[in-house]
Amino acid sequence: MLAATGIGIGHYLAVGAILFTLGVFGIFLNRKNIIVILMSVELILLAVNINFVAFSAQLGDLAGQVFALLILTVAAAEAAIGLAILVVYYRNRGTIAVEDVNSLKG
Amino acid sequence: MTLPLFFFYVFATITVASALMVIAARNPVHSVLFLILAFVNSAGLFMLAGAEFLALILIVVYVGAVAVLFLFVTMMLDVDFASMRQGMLQYAPVGVVVGVILLLELLLVGGSFVLPTGVEASAMVPIDAGIQNTRAIGQLLYTRYVFLFELAGGVLLVAMIGAIVLTLRHKPNVKRQDVFRQTGRKRSEATELVKVKTGQGL
Repeated sequence: MLAATGIGIGHYLAVGAILFTLGVFGIFLNRKNIIVILMSVELILLAVNINFVAFSAQLGDLAGQVFALLILTVAAAEAAIGLAILVVYYRNRGTIAVEDVNSLKG
Repeated sequence: MTLPLFFFYVFATITVASALMVIAARNPVHSVLFLILAFVNSAGLFMLAGAEFLALILIVVYVGAVAVLFLFVTMMLDVDFASMRQGMLQYAPVGVVVGVILLLELLLVGGSFVLPTGVEASAMVPIDAGIQNTRAIGQLLYTRYVFLFELAGGVLLVAMIGAIVLTLRHKPNVKRQDVFRQTGRKRSEATELVKVKTGQGL
């Protein structure tokens, strides 16, 4: 299906790999800003979705797209819960700095 | 270069560039806006791969719901983001090392694997070119993967209840309507009969 358009699966895999790496790098780069860390996680999940869709198109198998749909669901749930925890934390502490999050330290 | 290939390069370049800006932008609001740009352009990539339903769901769910949620939270929290960027370069070398190694490994894997011939014949759910993508996914999702579909609904329900429970708070000083107390009110506890003597007042 992909081959007719001149786009190979390698193209999609390269985009997915770069996006995944940028997401991981973003977690390292923005160690203090938890909002950007959550956005980096979204980027990583997007890279995974791109890989699923690319293989689905390459192999002519629709199951990959269904799986990508489920990943989308989990990503939306994760973002909602993560941001809710963030709001509660900000309400209690007045800051969202990640290195201050050590109240549960034993 | 065919037209789809040209559009692939356009979408891929903008996606990668805006993903870079997501993690590098100074202002988190700009980060969210670049995240939206990345999502829209990867929806274009999905469209090129023939996944029209997922492409539009990506725009509706990610851009319409998740990214707007990020935008709300980013704008609602009054945080000094400038101070958060201090010490950013301290972690950058480790991140570069990990990132470069990860990227090299991923590209090696992606560039070296070969799909065996005839693997398309073993597809679990072969794509029928005669049926539209949305219809095919619907037919699949409500029959074969119906339990997974319901499970996804359960995940969303749990997430919704969790988010509400986490962020709900009862303020002690706010007056609320309590219907049970209103209807259960008796005359004896609401009014008081006072015998007022003439000329004295209350």
